[in-house]
Amino acid sequence: MVAATALAEAAAPSAAGAALDIEQVSHAFDIDGTELPVLSDVSISVEPGEFVALLGPSGCGKSTLLRLVAGLDKPKAGRLREDEARITRPHPSRVVVFQDPTLFPWRSVWDNVALGLEAQGILKSQRHRVDDALDLVGLASFRNAYPHQLSGGMAQRVALARALVNDPKILILDEPLGKLDSLTRITMQAELVSLWQRKGFTTLLVTHDAEEALVLANRVIVFSDRPARVKADIRVDRPYPRHRGDPYLADLRRQILGLLGLDATW
Amino acid sequence: MSTYSLSDGLASGAPRSAPVFAGWVRDSGVGVLASVTWIAFGLSCLWWADVGDWSRTHSLGIAAFIIAAVALFGTVGADYLGSAGKALRQRAPWLVALGAFLTVWEVATAKFAWLPLPFFPPPQSIIEVYTDDLPKLLDSVFASVKLQLGGYLVGATVGFLTGVSIGWSRAVGYWVHPVLRFIGPLPATAWLPIAFFTFPSSWSASTFLIALATGFPVTVLTWSGVASVSNAYYDVARTLGAKPSFLVLKVAIPAALPHVFVGLFMGLGSSFAVLVVAEMVGVKAGLGWYLQWAQGWAAYANMYAALIVMSLLCSGAITLLFAIRDRLLVWQKGTVKW
Repeated sequence: MVAATALAEAAAPSAAGAALDIEQVSHAFDIDGTELPVLSDVSISVEPGEFVALLGPSGCGKSTLLRLVAGLDKPKAGRLREDEARITRPHPSRVVVFQDPTLFPWRSVWDNVALGLEAQGILKSQRHRVDDALDLVGLASFRNAYPHQLSGGMAQRVALARALVNDPKILILDEPLGKLDSLTRITMQAELVSLWQRKGFTTLLVTHDAEEALVLANRVIVFSDRPARVKADIRVDRPYPRHRGDPYLADLRRQILGLLGLDATW
Repeated sequence: MSTYSLSDGLASGAPRSAPVFAGWVRDSGVGVLASVTWIAFGLSCLWWADVGDWSRTHSLGIAAFIIAAVALFGTVGADYLGSAGKALRQRAPWLVALGAFLTVWEVATAKFAWLPLPFFPPPQSIIEVYTDDLPKLLDSVFASVKLQLGGYLVGATVGFLTGVSIGWSRAVGYWVHPVLRFIGPLPATAWLPIAFFTFPSSWSASTFLIALATGFPVTVLTWSGVASVSNAYYDVARTLGAKPSFLVLKVAIPAALPHVFVGLFMGLGSSFAVLVVAEMVGVKAGLGWYLQWAQGWAAYANMYAALIVMSLLCSGAITLLFAIRDRLLVWQKGTVKW
């Protein structure tokens, strides 16, 4: 009994979401000596536990913003803060799921999921968390498989488990469903929402699919073309699970597509 | 017309025997043929008198008959022998070729001397080397393996560490890369005269040369392996809290391993060449030295015997390397089987 409670406690979300402040961030790339601005004076304040979708034309700099939030790159100007603490380098409290699963092909599914705990040197005492994360994404029976044996959807689930095993305070999703077939995509959208509701982490989702943004997020931020600046910040006050045909969402979708310059066709 | 009536008669007389017989020929026919060629080899040993003085002709003939019997019963009765029978059946065409080759060799050398004699010794004289000169041959094998193994391990280790360092650190790359470019492409054998001067013993000089021959390809391929690791892997590991040591040991090195094994394979090949040359020139032991010594005495049978052993050893070393690779790289699909 005691052991069982201890296990339940350890598996419970130790980290609810963190607040994220993006303050007047600008960024640019150096390409052959010329400076290419990608983000221009972006300020976003995210409440703990919010699900924020970042929407914008492809190549506008959304993914760059995510890299800054993850701490993989440093902004040219402005500040990013997680719960008041300045973000200067990557930290497992902010985990990224990339568009490609980028599983390590030389590691089994279990070892891939264990990566974060191993890197932090706590795997030995926390092995059960890996099993729990695999259960969470429904891939416990594939623990010994190698990445090349998985389908695209399964690989992306493993990548999700690899992120969730760290109990992140901010989950950063860089078009993680972009390359999946539409059926797998819809299933995984539902899974994402239920995971987010259960664990309570703050979620940042980059997508170029307005419908996906509206089905998943409580807040949709629309970006302009490069250099990206915030064009609109839209609240989506609808209960979950959301229905794709919801007229309220359809209306919002029209608005958003209008902002992206597609009103004539829709 | 007659063919038609013949097949017609067969079909009506024994409707099932033809397919059964065809099946038997398909499964065991090659085995029977293998047995026939080995019997031919045995007979060729015993039928005519030798043109020279060789003591193992009779034993070799008997051995050929034994192999013929094994080939026959092994393939015909393969169904009762499990995997061994299956393996034998699979190799039966090779047994046919080998038996035929040995027969021709035997007849062309020992019996009629169509090939000029001391240069083309018959099979029995090579067998004679293995039975009568075994201690010396074993000593040579042992010396060669010891030298090769020591030099190869040193070269592979140093090459691997150097390659990882160049691939990882810009500063190390700055200093080591030009040296590598200048010295690496030089054949290791070119160092031979200097090495035998400067090193305290011929053994240490040869170890150095073998290590040099191994080290160059291992360094270059490890380096290119580490350099070609996708940045996405590092990004993933860094967001999960990986420190630089983790990035080297658990990301860069495993990702580079397929390249490293190509380097180890190439290093093995070039180090064999250096080993043999070093043994022929400076070291007074090993198979290379044995070859040189045999040539000095015009003992051509000994040379062939040593060559066969050498090729078995080299092939065995590569087999071992590939087995280790397959073990470590199970995650890769579609690797070449050796």
